[in-house]
Amino acid sequence: MIELQNVCKTFKVTRRNAGFLEAVRAMFHKKCDYIKALDNVSFKINEGEMVGYIGPNGAGKSSTIKIMCGILSPKSGLCTINGLIPWKDRIRHVRDIGVVFGQRSQLWWDVPVVDSFELLRDIYKIEETTYKSNLNKLSTLLDIETIIKTPVRQLSLGQRMRCEIAASLLHNPKILFLDEPTIGLDAVSKIAVRNFITNINREEKTTVILTTHDMQDIEALTKRIILIGKGKILLDGDLGTLKKQYTEQKKITVEYAEGTLSLCDGLTLLESIHGRAIIALDTNKISVSNAIAELSRNLEVLDISVAGTTAEEIVVSLYKEYQI
Amino acid sequence: MKLYFRYCSIILRSQMQYKSSFFMTVIGQFLISFSMFVGIYFMFQRFNRVEGFSYSEVLLCFAIVLTSFSIAECFVRGFDTFSGTVSNGEFDRIMVRPRNEIFQVLCSKIEFTRIGRFLQAVIIFFYAIPASQVLWTFDKIATLIFMIVGGVCLFSGLFIIYASLCFFTTEGLEFINIFTDGGREFGKYPLSIYGEGVLKFFTFVIPFALVQYYPLTYLIGRTSIKLYILSPLFGVLFLIPCYILWRFGLRHYKSTGS
Amino acid sequence: MRKYISFFRIRFVNGLQYRSAAYAGIVTQFAWGFMTLLMFWAFYKSDMKSFPMTFEQLSSYIWLQQAFLSLFMAWLFENEIFAAITSGNIAYELCRPINVYNMWFIRNVASRLSKVVLRSIPILVVGAFLPSPFGISLPVNWVTAIFFIISLTIGFLVLVAFNMLIYISAFYTVSPIGIRILSVSLVELFAGAVIPIPFLPNGIKVIFELLPFASMQNAPFLIYIGNSDYKNAIFSILLQIFWLVSLIIIGKFLMKKALRKVVVQGG
Repeated sequence: MIELQNVCKTFKVTRRNAGFLEAVRAMFHKKCDYIKALDNVSFKINEGEMVGYIGPNGAGKSSTIKIMCGILSPKSGLCTINGLIPWKDRIRHVRDIGVVFGQRSQLWWDVPVVDSFELLRDIYKIEETTYKSNLNKLSTLLDIETIIKTPVRQLSLGQRMRCEIAASLLHNPKILFLDEPTIGLDAVSKIAVRNFITNINREEKTTVILTTHDMQDIEALTKRIILIGKGKILLDGDLGTLKKQYTEQKKITVEYAEGTLSLCDGLTLLESIHGRAIIALDTNKISVSNAIAELSRNLEVLDISVAGTTAEEIVVSLYKEYQI
Repeated sequence: MKLYFRYCSIILRSQMQYKSSFFMTVIGQFLISFSMFVGIYFMFQRFNRVEGFSYSEVLLCFAIVLTSFSIAECFVRGFDTFSGTVSNGEFDRIMVRPRNEIFQVLCSKIEFTRIGRFLQAVIIFFYAIPASQVLWTFDKIATLIFMIVGGVCLFSGLFIIYASLCFFTTEGLEFINIFTDGGREFGKYPLSIYGEGVLKFFTFVIPFALVQYYPLTYLIGRTSIKLYILSPLFGVLFLIPCYILWRFGLRHYKSTGS
Repeated sequence: MRKYISFFRIRFVNGLQYRSAAYAGIVTQFAWGFMTLLMFWAFYKSDMKSFPMTFEQLSSYIWLQQAFLSLFMAWLFENEIFAAITSGNIAYELCRPINVYNMWFIRNVASRLSKVVLRSIPILVVGAFLPSPFGISLPVNWVTAIFFIISLTIGFLVLVAFNMLIYISAFYTVSPIGIRILSVSLVELFAGAVIPIPFLPNGIKVIFELLPFASMQNAPFLIYIGNSDYKNAIFSILLQIFWLVSLIIIGKFLMKKALRKVVVQGG
């Protein structure tokens, strides 16, 4: 169980202009800016939840994650994870968490993957039988049985990522922090990783906190999203509810051979090139069937499709709404 | 501990993947310390004694310092290269593991190639030990061992100081090299030849003289103050303030991030 | 030609930015020079007659060595060049209409010059004010000074030309670390960085003086301190020119062969 209450964190950043004189001046008188990275951040995450933690770059995501991992201590506020304060009880707390940094590997580069696994087994003091069964289970689920004897440097990004995730779960952590786990992966690997994460959340009741810019990850994995911007929690809610709020807006893509586009109230033209038009539809003003009827009246319609808003679009409009 | 040996094995295997590079580095290390030796050799070709120390006595001093330095550099290198570890985020990874941070930093880098320097020291020992005409009684042997142990602790302490400072800034810390590389470079001669001021500094500020000069004078029979047998242990005590600085730096890192 | 000048300027200005490193470097070099002089002083006291030069001359030599260390230190390499070769990114450099050898040469020159500009002046200034015989003394006369500047420039270029060979060797080996360490140890010893060449025994001294390494820092410094008369100074400079030309020719030849291999194999 993760609980944050009014967590605040300020960073001191020294401002220094270019130039030799400035450098000399800086040696005597430091000009600092105080940046509020986290401003009264509070939320609660229960065991077994899968949460998407999103926000633009610099919003405070990594600071929050670092505090939850125990790497950073906040200026004020409470943070307890399973009864422990992360940065105070570092070693005990860290034994039960797994972290995957998307861009930085925790595996040794030049030796076979399984050697890194064995080292992790000793670091986390995993029982031999537990280790063996976990290794078997993870190897099968992540499809890495054939590659664990290869040195990491010879693996593709997708293979490496799957090994990374396996490495972070060897010790059966209760909480898994995933930072950009699917970045740079091909479509097949992305789906494999997503399936695996859903599986592990369901079977092992592992709490998963996912920070990512890939909205398809969010859509596929999480039900709950927490949006942070400029250090403040702006939104903490169910993705489904959010989508419903936005389903008033739909998009109609219509391909036509001839005719004119007549747009009545409730229809706004977004894009139109050579017989292909994308039209925004406000379901408050006109229903979908009426809109289609209206368009078909004056157009020779070849193809027509209706789409709801994607998570990506929701997030973009959220960012705009909160001005982050 | 068993974990440490596991780290050793994985790092050694990792380094041995590049066999030719490994051996060339070992040879290079050997040659670098060899050229240090050559410097001493040529100087003594011209001059017979310096400050009353003979050629073989200086070689003994050199071999001891070189041994300490190469052992420290091999096993404590993780602290010496700490600026990179902090700036590329590897230290965050260390903090996410349920083990003591110092232990992990020690395990992060073990440079087996330093054996090149170590071999050079051993070879010089082979010459210097008989040539120096020291009567190798039990207390003399103990002094030698203490000198090496004290030296390893001293250099390790300097590495730890460097790493602790890296928590605060990564710029402009090269001056620590004055004491680490400088210690190796200028420590090849007994510290007394550099004059009173230098000797005092390295007695009271950084106890290098307590590890090198004073026990050396006992070893070669210049003095018979038995207390000097134990003075290298100040090198071990030196680790205490270094450790305190490390914890201070770690606390600072935790409150400011990277 | 203009592209080389602008390339030089970019690298040079870039190098000037690293001020805190320069500051720390100056402190380190002071300590180094100071300790080295103390060491030589101990030897001098023990046997003045065996000293191959006056102590004032030695002090000048040591301080010159420290002041111009950035020009001559053997272990300073542009790691990006090694990275480009081992990773194969060198292929991108070949897509541009420039001579790779010249570009790398200028890059090294600019990088070292920017370092030396930051560090040499404080050391030279303080060195001049140190009490004799520990300070740096002025050159004997104008002619010596001019010979010194010429020799310093050429000696510097000789070192860069030699370093080019080390970079090029990276094309022929999987990992250049070994060659780097070997070259560093060799250069340091033979160039008179460990102990100045005049301190070596006579037989060995002659051999060392003919190697290209003595033509790097040893020649100009000896000219400065007045250890050689005009005839010897001119001979030294001619020897330096010989080595510079030879190393560049060898370097360009090996580079061309290596690049042809890269183009054929694709990195």
